[in-house]
Amino acid sequence: MAITYAVLLFLIFYSFQPTLSLYEDQVGLTDWHQQYIGKVKQAVFHTHKTGRKRVVVSTEDNVIATLDLRHGEIFWRHVLGHNDVVDGIDIALGKYVITLSSEGRILRAWNLPDGQMVWESSLHGPKHSKSLLLMTNVIIEKDNVVVIFSNGRLHAVSCIDGEVLWNKDFEAESLEVQKVIQPPGSNFVYVVGFAASSQFEMYQINATNGELLKHESEAFSGRFSGEVSLVSSETLVALDSTGLILLRISFHEGKISIQQTPISDLVEDSPGPAVIIPSSIMGLFTIKINAVTIFIRVIGKGKLEVVEKANHETAVGDALSLSEGQQAFALVQHAGRDIHLTVKLAHDWGGDLLKESIKMDQQRGLVHKVFINNYVRTDGSYGFRALIVMEDHSLLLLQQGTIVWSREDGLASIIDVTTSELPVERAGVSVAKVELNLFEWLKGHMLKLKGTLMLATPEDIAAIQYMRLKSSEKSKMTRDHNGFRKLLIALTRAGKLFALHTGDGRIVWSRLLQSLHKSEACQHPIGLNLSPWQVPHHHALDENPSVLVVGRCGPSSDALGILSFIDSYTGKELSSSRLVHSVAQVIPLPYTDSTEQRLHLLIDADKHAHLYPETPEAISIFRREFSNIYWYSVEDENGIIKGYALKSKCNGNVDDKFCFDARELWSIVLPSESEKIIATVTRKMNEAVHTQAKLIAADQDVMYKYVSRNLLFVATVAPKASGEIGSVTPEESWLVVYLIDTVTGCVLHRMTHHGSQGPVEAVFSENWVVYHYFNLRAHRYEMSVIEIYDQSRADNKDVWKLVVGKHNLTSPISSYSRSEVVTKSQSYFFTHSLKAIAVTSTAKGITSKQLLMGTIGDQVLALDKRFLDPRRSVNPTQAEREEGIIPLTDSLPIIPQSYITHNIRVEGLRGIITVAAKLESTTLVFAHGLDLFFTHFAPSRTYDSLTEDFSCALLLITIVALVAAIFVTWLLSQRKELQDKWR
Amino acid sequence: MKSVKVIVSFVLTLSLFSFPSSGFQSDELLLDDEEFGLEGSPRPRSPEPILTRSPPVTAPTRKRHSDLDSDSKIQFSLEHAFGDSDFSPAGTFSARLKTWSHGGQTLTKLRFSRNSFTDEDKEKFKNLLKSDDFYRIRIPSNVLNPPGRDFVISSVKARCLPREGLDEHFVIHMEGINVLAVNYGSPGSCPYPRNLKLPAKWSFNSHTVLKNSEQAPRAPVFTEEILGGENAEGEVVPPPERSFWAKYWMYLIPLGLIVMNAVTQAMNMPEEQATGQGQPGAVQRGPSPAARRR
Repeated sequence: MAITYAVLLFLIFYSFQPTLSLYEDQVGLTDWHQQYIGKVKQAVFHTHKTGRKRVVVSTEDNVIATLDLRHGEIFWRHVLGHNDVVDGIDIALGKYVITLSSEGRILRAWNLPDGQMVWESSLHGPKHSKSLLLMTNVIIEKDNVVVIFSNGRLHAVSCIDGEVLWNKDFEAESLEVQKVIQPPGSNFVYVVGFAASSQFEMYQINATNGELLKHESEAFSGRFSGEVSLVSSETLVALDSTGLILLRISFHEGKISIQQTPISDLVEDSPGPAVIIPSSIMGLFTIKINAVTIFIRVIGKGKLEVVEKANHETAVGDALSLSEGQQAFALVQHAGRDIHLTVKLAHDWGGDLLKESIKMDQQRGLVHKVFINNYVRTDGSYGFRALIVMEDHSLLLLQQGTIVWSREDGLASIIDVTTSELPVERAGVSVAKVELNLFEWLKGHMLKLKGTLMLATPEDIAAIQYMRLKSSEKSKMTRDHNGFRKLLIALTRAGKLFALHTGDGRIVWSRLLQSLHKSEACQHPIGLNLSPWQVPHHHALDENPSVLVVGRCGPSSDALGILSFIDSYTGKELSSSRLVHSVAQVIPLPYTDSTEQRLHLLIDADKHAHLYPETPEAISIFRREFSNIYWYSVEDENGIIKGYALKSKCNGNVDDKFCFDARELWSIVLPSESEKIIATVTRKMNEAVHTQAKLIAADQDVMYKYVSRNLLFVATVAPKASGEIGSVTPEESWLVVYLIDTVTGCVLHRMTHHGSQGPVEAVFSENWVVYHYFNLRAHRYEMSVIEIYDQSRADNKDVWKLVVGKHNLTSPISSYSRSEVVTKSQSYFFTHSLKAIAVTSTAKGITSKQLLMGTIGDQVLALDKRFLDPRRSVNPTQAEREEGIIPLTDSLPIIPQSYITHNIRVEGLRGIITVAAKLESTTLVFAHGLDLFFTHFAPSRTYDSLTEDFSCALLLITIVALVAAIFVTWLLSQRKELQDKWR
Repeated sequence: MKSVKVIVSFVLTLSLFSFPSSGFQSDELLLDDEEFGLEGSPRPRSPEPILTRSPPVTAPTRKRHSDLDSDSKIQFSLEHAFGDSDFSPAGTFSARLKTWSHGGQTLTKLRFSRNSFTDEDKEKFKNLLKSDDFYRIRIPSNVLNPPGRDFVISSVKARCLPREGLDEHFVIHMEGINVLAVNYGSPGSCPYPRNLKLPAKWSFNSHTVLKNSEQAPRAPVFTEEILGGENAEGEVVPPPERSFWAKYWMYLIPLGLIVMNAVTQAMNMPEEQATGQGQPGAVQRGPSPAARRR
């Protein structure tokens, strides 16, 4: 009997799970995937060998990648963990990529052609310090040696197997090592640094065995500032802490001499303190005073000479050794719309090796970094290629005065995403260039027909596949009937806005926001939030939709805010403003004015509310709803949640009609010794709920969902347990979850999971919350569901009452009524840890929901919500089974076919966004991290449309053939009848 | 007699086929239920909210427990504010502080005594009713050394309170000796177009509920039986007896009826034979051995 049961269960399991997987030929039809690496920090070229030329890069997103120098494609890529920051990279032996990461603790070697890890060694040291990586040409027992200074210790590591050959501690408390230098042709290294910021220390170390050869120090009357530039193998240039005196430090043959030169001696009208730009170009260094870049040459014994003052924005690259001891370096200067790339010899300022002018897209901003590489031209002279990193984090390769390729790596760091509809197709708007002519259309359908009738040759199949993938239908710039074509508008960390077409993922427009540009008044602008500002509907259809970007000048919450309004179709910045108040919260209100501009409430750090747009009409709309506006704030560090309502106009000294005072309505104070907030989740504002009643077939009953927009889910853990998993015992860790009404502050539900801990990922939809956490007792991840039902409407199930009209279903619901809710909850084990969780959303909310989970393997897994139904029981009754209740199991199944990313990984997955299409069955899913992935997803299959491969031509031909047959037979029968009559 | 047996066996097989799962009872779940008691919350929390109904207090100085200076009794005050005014004392909560052997402390037997409104308060409250403004209350977040870190505030539209008298309802969410939140409002509904209604009498009718955290249901623990079934990929074939019955019941039932009919015929036959001459019809219908013998 048990077997019978098990098999039955198995069958039920499989019959409920809709097939989500796709066929091989469906890949790429509705989905696209883009790979990025982030802003490049360091680049090393590998071009000596014949064969594929490549460049190795490390990025600010902790990625190590090699790119094809011809096309900019990624050969291989490794994403290190978020706390494994890359400190330095280099190439050893011509075949290994050596990376130093994790604050100098981990040294790895990767095989250059395929990116496999060759060895890894961990380096430890007595104290925290700067991490430096130096590739030497010293050979110990046939091993090439790489010298690493990290954590106050100097290590020599073999390049072959990563073995530490020797190490030496630099234990002096205050020593800050600045450089490790190997003079060419010697087998010792210099370790130089500052002690107590006023003493220069020099150690000469034998590179073959780590023996200390010499130690000298020299005191300096002032203090050193941090950075140094190397001007020869035994000379450094530094600045004192005031930034007014240049220090030339020479340690030739162990004799230290410090020579001071006031900057005012070199530059006549130096307006302020200078900053040194660290470099290691022989005989030349660069300082920056305000926006002016000054190049200074070191001539002979201690003579300094200014060679150029550049007023334009300038980026300087590091030195590149050419043959016969010559060094070249690159500088890039902006001049209007062009950039000038100059490659100069270090010892000869006047002679330019290369001077090119390249037209640059204004939306890429300034050049931040430049890396050069040389090659031998066909005529035997030196040619140079330059890799430049722009302000918008994009990466470009310049060669022979043109941009060979570019990568939009800003898209690796998306902050916020919103969507916008495309323009409506109108008679006047011509889309002819993407339209197919009749012949091609017919040809396509004939091919499809052949495919359906299995008559197609392999070439035909390839042609069909190509046609399907490149279908012009999906990448048109107009709105479609199903609502699949939209613009995804993404704000990146660099302050650039991208509009991506959902059809094929191409960039429709991109704009580096001028308002989020660094300026005098705003030193560290950051983008915060992106929200639809104007969505033209019925009476404002002629206008383009626009989005609102909210930013602020700096990371702290009391920095002043920035607003920018951008046209969604063209990317034009319509207007922007610098606010006089800070921005702590952005609340889109559910009201729009006559031009369909959405009213927004911006809450500043002092709890004043500011209304936008600042128009009299907005004020009058706002006045009507004045008493119905509530909001809340969560102070995670204090563990206090507060609710507010509007009080009156601001009574500060400024007369601002659009500023309002808030009054505190409620507060929830969580005990700081036992609870710490780790997650808060609310429902999506635009979510559609199809029905508020839930029919329970088992006992012919109706339950009413408690569908409130003002619900907040809060998860707290014991403060001790807020660290990593396993840092506490189950007895001293617990997870408490709350459901709070944000209007009244009423705690609708509170529940404790003992022995559990975060991190918590949660999603709130309709009347349920699903959250994911770690159960320390069971040593497994768990997912729980809470469903909340309204009891106050429960007596409306009498049909007679509904018929007579004695029900309270149409009466408005007030939060001030005492809520009678019941909650149902259940927990299940789950195998994966999660990075993100989302739920599908459809246009009308009729389609059943699926949870989309970003797994630790950077994939998106779909799971039917029915697996997280608190009514699941071990042995459901027949009626419950008919309703679709799945027998209870202790863990949630992971069905391999339900990975909606199929075989693709969305590296560094951070967020999953779902947008409803117009077609009820389908939801658009956009997952972003380092990579971008987009697909259409139908939680209950596409029940409301024909499939992609449905052959209209076959249907038409069949109908035509039938009609013809009818006609012919009719004629024939007529004729026969006539003949019969004549006979 | 024979026919009865056949019917009984039919009923038996029928019941077997139609309720295949009724025989299976997972005894594992019962074990799990026992575990709840054993491994559950180490702190004995009161799962049920304690409902104390304080009688409508008319005299403001009716503190029965305040004189008793026992350290297990504690008091904390309720303060109220009209609209944006400052908070002023409005009543006193008194409760028993129970200290558990493992060090945890919980409140029990909560009582509440409300100060009645002064004339000034009444005037203020009337103003609130007129302007449909908020009536706010607060209690300290720590009942042992008030106000703790901060006060816990709650508020309600004043128009929700008046009924016969002034009806109010407190739900105090506690965690040990800390007050996390207080839900304050009318005990019933407060439909949205809030109409202005003055209370008939100015006395409070207070209900207080003390709530502690609930224990979350734990993930069910199953043994391999069900999981094994899931993994048995090879056994996709449905059980043969069930499918056989399911497929052929429409044939089996008429067949059974025919057989039954035949049997009854066969049983009737000898009787008929005994009483009189065999009828030709009977011979035609069933070539029974008895008929052949004739």
